[in-house]
Amino acid sequence: MSKGNAPQPPDPARRRFFQAAGAAALPAALPLSSHAQGAKPAARAYLFFNPAEAAFIEAALARLIPKDETGPGALEAGVPEYIDRQLAGAWGAGERLYRSGPWHPGTPSQGYQLPFTPAELFRTAIRKINETNAGFAKLAAQGQDAYLDSLQKGNVDLGGVPSKVFFESLLEASVEGFFGDPAYGGNRDMAAWRMVGFPGAYADFYELVDRHGVAFNAPPTSLAQDARGNVHLLHHQRKT
Amino acid sequence: MAARLPSTDVVLLGAGLVGTILGRELTRAGLNVVALERGEPRSTVPDFQGPAMHDELRYSVRKALMMDTAKETYTFRNSGGETALPLRRLQGFLPGSGVGGSMVHWNGQTYRFHEADLRMRTKIDERYGKDFLPAEYTIQDWGVGYADLEPHYDRFEYLLGIAGKAGNLLGKKIPGGNVLEEQRAREYPTRPQKEPYGSAMFRKAAEGLGYHPFPQPSANMSEPYTNPEGLTLKTCMFCGYCERYGCEHYAKSSPQTVLLPVLLKDPKFKLRTHCQVQKINLDKSGRNATGVTYVDAQGRELEQPAKLVIVGLYALNNVRMLLLSKIGAPYDPATGKGVVGKNYAYQTMSAVQVFYDEKVNINPFMRSGANGTLIADFVADNFDHSKLGFAGGAYIGEIMTHGRPIEFHPTPPGTPAWGSEWKKAVVRHYNHTASLNVHGSSIASRRNYLDLDPTYRDAWGQPLLRMTFDFPENDVKMSAYVTERATEIAKAMGGQRVAGAPRKGPYTTTQYQTTHNTGGAIMGNDRLTSAVNRYLQSWDVPNVFVIGASAYPQNASYNPTGTVGALAYWAADALVNKYLKSPGPLVT
Repeated sequence: MSKGNAPQPPDPARRRFFQAAGAAALPAALPLSSHAQGAKPAARAYLFFNPAEAAFIEAALARLIPKDETGPGALEAGVPEYIDRQLAGAWGAGERLYRSGPWHPGTPSQGYQLPFTPAELFRTAIRKINETNAGFAKLAAQGQDAYLDSLQKGNVDLGGVPSKVFFESLLEASVEGFFGDPAYGGNRDMAAWRMVGFPGAYADFYELVDRHGVAFNAPPTSLAQDARGNVHLLHHQRKT
Repeated sequence: MAARLPSTDVVLLGAGLVGTILGRELTRAGLNVVALERGEPRSTVPDFQGPAMHDELRYSVRKALMMDTAKETYTFRNSGGETALPLRRLQGFLPGSGVGGSMVHWNGQTYRFHEADLRMRTKIDERYGKDFLPAEYTIQDWGVGYADLEPHYDRFEYLLGIAGKAGNLLGKKIPGGNVLEEQRAREYPTRPQKEPYGSAMFRKAAEGLGYHPFPQPSANMSEPYTNPEGLTLKTCMFCGYCERYGCEHYAKSSPQTVLLPVLLKDPKFKLRTHCQVQKINLDKSGRNATGVTYVDAQGRELEQPAKLVIVGLYALNNVRMLLLSKIGAPYDPATGKGVVGKNYAYQTMSAVQVFYDEKVNINPFMRSGANGTLIADFVADNFDHSKLGFAGGAYIGEIMTHGRPIEFHPTPPGTPAWGSEWKKAVVRHYNHTASLNVHGSSIASRRNYLDLDPTYRDAWGQPLLRMTFDFPENDVKMSAYVTERATEIAKAMGGQRVAGAPRKGPYTTTQYQTTHNTGGAIMGNDRLTSAVNRYLQSWDVPNVFVIGASAYPQNASYNPTGTVGALAYWAADALVNKYLKSPGPLVT
């Protein structure tokens, strides 16, 4: 079917499904950056990362999921904020992680076997990276890619964290932040969903599933959205 | 010392599929039943409601409905020579926790096994000869045949309202249904689900190659259905949040939708949540259970005396409960003697992807948990194995269940894992890729087993269950053969490119494959080679019944839940009509 044969927008009654329930779970309004109205991009408000860590994370994310002709990248989509909040919260503290010893490296089949929580793992690894490669954020794109590649493929010891483990954790978190619900701070404006055509928290395709090949062009919906489709969260950051 | 509670007729361990079916059947028979559940109470309202339920990060990635591995987990190793280490997070398989158990977050794919599965040892010996398989493969007959279970499959399917199309009604073959299935007494309770685009393309390609495609039997409703308990399920909306999620629409069969509303009103049924059972207590003879000891949410140790103990935990936890309670001889892989922990099996999974032109909108997000099309031509013994050198088989189907993008963002082989090239490939292929599943059997091997870990313990101080598993050579060969057939079908589906690979070892716990862990407390007709008899009754302690996929002597091609349901009704029937009349061993 052609792109012109789009389904009708969702029935307003269905919108009841999408009232903003996720909002209450989020931290109260973050302080506005003093740069918010200035010419320079606003500094991001971080709960976990210190400035040196943030510099590495922002530079790395810009290479892992770059802004390009397909649309915004991880930086524009708020992925640094997503990772920051995850590390500051229950996930960072090792929620659902079995943490009793003894610890052994194990085999690849046995999965993650380090004593670090995610917060400890990121802090430890980035500290080492910033000690040994302080200029990473200022490198040209090619140099940054080569360094990230060496973390991914090499077995550099980052203060006890094998670089491959750190790299995989960072990449996993980046994909989560990019494609997860905007209520968590990433995927700002549902940009990643718009890019691939994922409708988000939309709940009913009964009438469409057997219209084979239909082009679904209705805008996506988020947990953080009100009945009129406005995303209220993080609006101050959207001015950047 | 544990405080002793008033005695009850029956104590149920776990309030999932098995616990709620047995709870219903035994209260109906007039017994007082106490159900102990380790997790939280959960119901469709308010716990499964949108939009909060449609949160991929919380439910799929952080696994909110699953067992909390901070408190208890399993240890794992590929072979007996390695040191098992704890699964510090759940990744490879996902046992549920809380009321409803794993049946809250299942997809709803509901099948019946074949006679060739249930009498695997006998059937292989008859058709291919006694030397067809190496002695390493400890496959056994179940002690029940398809004719024994048919009425119970039927009852389970009507409890759930399964959507499907019969292909073999009392021997009459019906095109469009699964003509290769064992015969069923009546049609499915509801019509099949609507067929999505990718499934329709699969059906045409499979038909063109001479196979027999049919709609996947589904516990996601195709239409409203009122079950024999008087509970009404509603129509599935294809929201794409099924496996790993509870259903907001009352459209997926689960204890919450098909049994609990009736059961919880019954004064003979008492449900206690946040109760961690520590062990089944035995009297001095060791031949009679006196009840269980559990720890409640306040940390109090309590003893619940009972005349009858029903173990209906997740399959792995059934085995652990027997080992912790010292019921039955633990399996010893060195001698092959002992029964508890023996014949742990899994499922042999692979996938083939079809990458389409950008004009073909697959719309992977318009799906339900069980709404595809598949073929059974390579299931069980539906095909001649004599020249193939392996036993077992797999179904092949386009049975995609969702398009949630953290988990699903397919790219063709050769695409980098990050950077602009990766991003462009994700954007290009997300809505234009169909995926075929090859869902295969798992043979029993003397080297794959379960026992108690010597080192690691849970939050209550009890040893964790240790899993020793790798894919047997038989299953690697099976996967290679059937994945090749799947690739042929995929190539006939009109895509630009096809990519897939058969399953190979070593088995890794870091990649989700399936939550179909089976065996370890297997059923059979010989007390020397099975932990429970054909009625799921412990050979050693006759007032203990252990019900679940733990009873499978080996795992079949199809998803296991339909057979867990049939075994639950089969065991309930034996309890009510045989055991209660004369408590004691049902098989001597």
